[in-house]
Amino acid sequence: MTTMRARKQARELQRALSYEAKRPTVRVVSNPKEMRRENAKKAWHRFSRNKLSVVGLAIVILVILAAVFAQYIAPYPEHAGAYTDFANSTKAPCAQFLLGTDNMGRDILSRIIFSFQGALKMAILVLVIAVPVGTCLGLLAGYMNGTWVDTLIMRIADIFLSVPALLLALAVASILEPNLTNSMLAITIMWWPWYTRLVYGVATSCKNEYYVVSAQLTGASKGHIIFKEILPNCLSPILTKMSLDVGWVILMGATLSYVGLGEQPPIPSLGQMVSDGARYMPDQWWMTIFPCLAIIIIIMGFNFMGDGIGDMLSKGDSKYE
Amino acid sequence: MNFKRYLLRRLVLAVVVMFGLSIVIFAISRIMPGDVATMALGSTATEEAKESYRVANHLYDSYPQQYLYWIGGVLQGDFGTSTSTNRPVSTDVAEFLPATLELVVMAAVILIILSIILGVLAAKYRDTVVDGIIRVLSYIGVAMPSFVIATLLLLLFGHLWQVIPVLGRLSYGVTAPPDVTGFYTIDALLAGQFSTFWDAFLHLLVPAFALALGGLCQEARIVRNSMTENGSKDYLSAMRGYGVPEGKILRKYQLKPSLIPAVSCMGMDIASLMGNAFLVETIFNWPGISRYGLSCMLGKDLNAISAVLLVFGAIFVVVNIVVDLIVACLDPRIRLGGAKS
Repeated sequence: MTTMRARKQARELQRALSYEAKRPTVRVVSNPKEMRRENAKKAWHRFSRNKLSVVGLAIVILVILAAVFAQYIAPYPEHAGAYTDFANSTKAPCAQFLLGTDNMGRDILSRIIFSFQGALKMAILVLVIAVPVGTCLGLLAGYMNGTWVDTLIMRIADIFLSVPALLLALAVASILEPNLTNSMLAITIMWWPWYTRLVYGVATSCKNEYYVVSAQLTGASKGHIIFKEILPNCLSPILTKMSLDVGWVILMGATLSYVGLGEQPPIPSLGQMVSDGARYMPDQWWMTIFPCLAIIIIIMGFNFMGDGIGDMLSKGDSKYE
Repeated sequence: MNFKRYLLRRLVLAVVVMFGLSIVIFAISRIMPGDVATMALGSTATEEAKESYRVANHLYDSYPQQYLYWIGGVLQGDFGTSTSTNRPVSTDVAEFLPATLELVVMAAVILIILSIILGVLAAKYRDTVVDGIIRVLSYIGVAMPSFVIATLLLLLFGHLWQVIPVLGRLSYGVTAPPDVTGFYTIDALLAGQFSTFWDAFLHLLVPAFALALGGLCQEARIVRNSMTENGSKDYLSAMRGYGVPEGKILRKYQLKPSLIPAVSCMGMDIASLMGNAFLVETIFNWPGISRYGLSCMLGKDLNAISAVLLVFGAIFVVVNIVVDLIVACLDPRIRLGGAKS
């Protein structure tokens, strides 16, 4: 087993060396365009060092394409809505219906492809709202470290983090009307404190760095210090967390729609398909198993890609594991 | 660092957080759109009934006044009446909470034991098939929502391979043991009913495993990574040089420092087991507070929802403090006050 590890490390080293060898020894990178290409190459090298990240990226791209072109890819696009075909109901997987049909006779594959739309829409909107809010509050609290602003913001974040995330989202979603927008709102409400805490940690630690102090001494405005000096340092942890969070948001959304608080029928969503299918277990197992697999694959894809982005943005170059 | 002062500070903060949480819960239950009286009595209730409900529950007072009425009752253990069971919420909580705690404790035990075993195995047989299998399993386990795990286990043990009971707390026809702690396993042992104990124990296994699996996979990875990280430390080579047996090195000198990052993550995970218990309890028909909370949420039973949220928040806060204490005890740098933070 040690030889295997040694061989693996040697292979890694070889790859890194060949990459180094291909690079011109005297850096002739003169124009910004070439520099950007060089940087992109470096980033891709870091990202693709772990094969799973590439697999994750492939899954993510496939899922996004499937969601965008669902109308053209799905074998039966009309099955995504309120469609009934009792002649073909609860059919086992066959050539005509690759993943079988549900109790209404709708093609499971088409419904899974269409449900990716809702899942991705939810992930994007939740992060687009939660990340800027959480980041700004974290920056503010970190910059005003030690004042009442800091205490107020961080204690409020603590309060939101003191209840299990799923529980709070369920409670909020249950009180509002059940639909996709409200379930997104419910998840957003409990998502921002994570970013506040993350950014707060980075911001407090770099607040006393010399470049911030010197900016302060040269009379830079507060806005300049917060957004131009401190924020760039927080970007790479934020991006890493964001790419991992896409999977978590989808998981949370699937859970909400499982209990009936997400997208309402007849629009398909993964969680709702699992809960509908569970009533027909074990005989019509395909109604449950395939949506379950779809959930697992989409979340795994985003997790792998997130790990790769983490590797890409992390500063240490000597990470072999 | 003064340990007592640190603990005191944590407790004060916990009280502040609980107070804030009560405000958030109150805001969720009152300021959210929707008429409280209609939610409580249903859309078919007459206008007079709604009117008397509003007067009886101080709904015409200002929000701060309503909050004071509500929190005053809560501090005396009065959460109001549940509109779905028509009983005081505190009675419901007292009845359903032990079942959930029993499930969560069992899940926590499974999580701790299995994650350490798997993590150590993966680290010991690093870069072999064993490590690969554990790694793939952990990736899959992390990506599975609790309801998917529960549904798949139900399909496996409930239909395909019925070796173990999965639904409810006891088999049909087995009477519950006399109520002492509310934990059926412990109560049965106290009453000396071993067959009941065994039955209750078997019923616990599958739901607890379903609950533990997600966190388990994550912890196993963390244990593995910190084991391999510590594996190349010089003091281990020194121990080997002294001729200390390999097993003892692994247990005493490599595992112990490796557990510190895992324990702090485990604390968060065990606390969030309570949140994940929602769907697991519903799917396995487990009569716990999470299933009760979920049915109340779907029935818009505001008093019960706020009670469940508060109880969970309190447990979450307490577990986090306990975990910090355990970490402090494990890590001599903190225990002996060497660390500056």
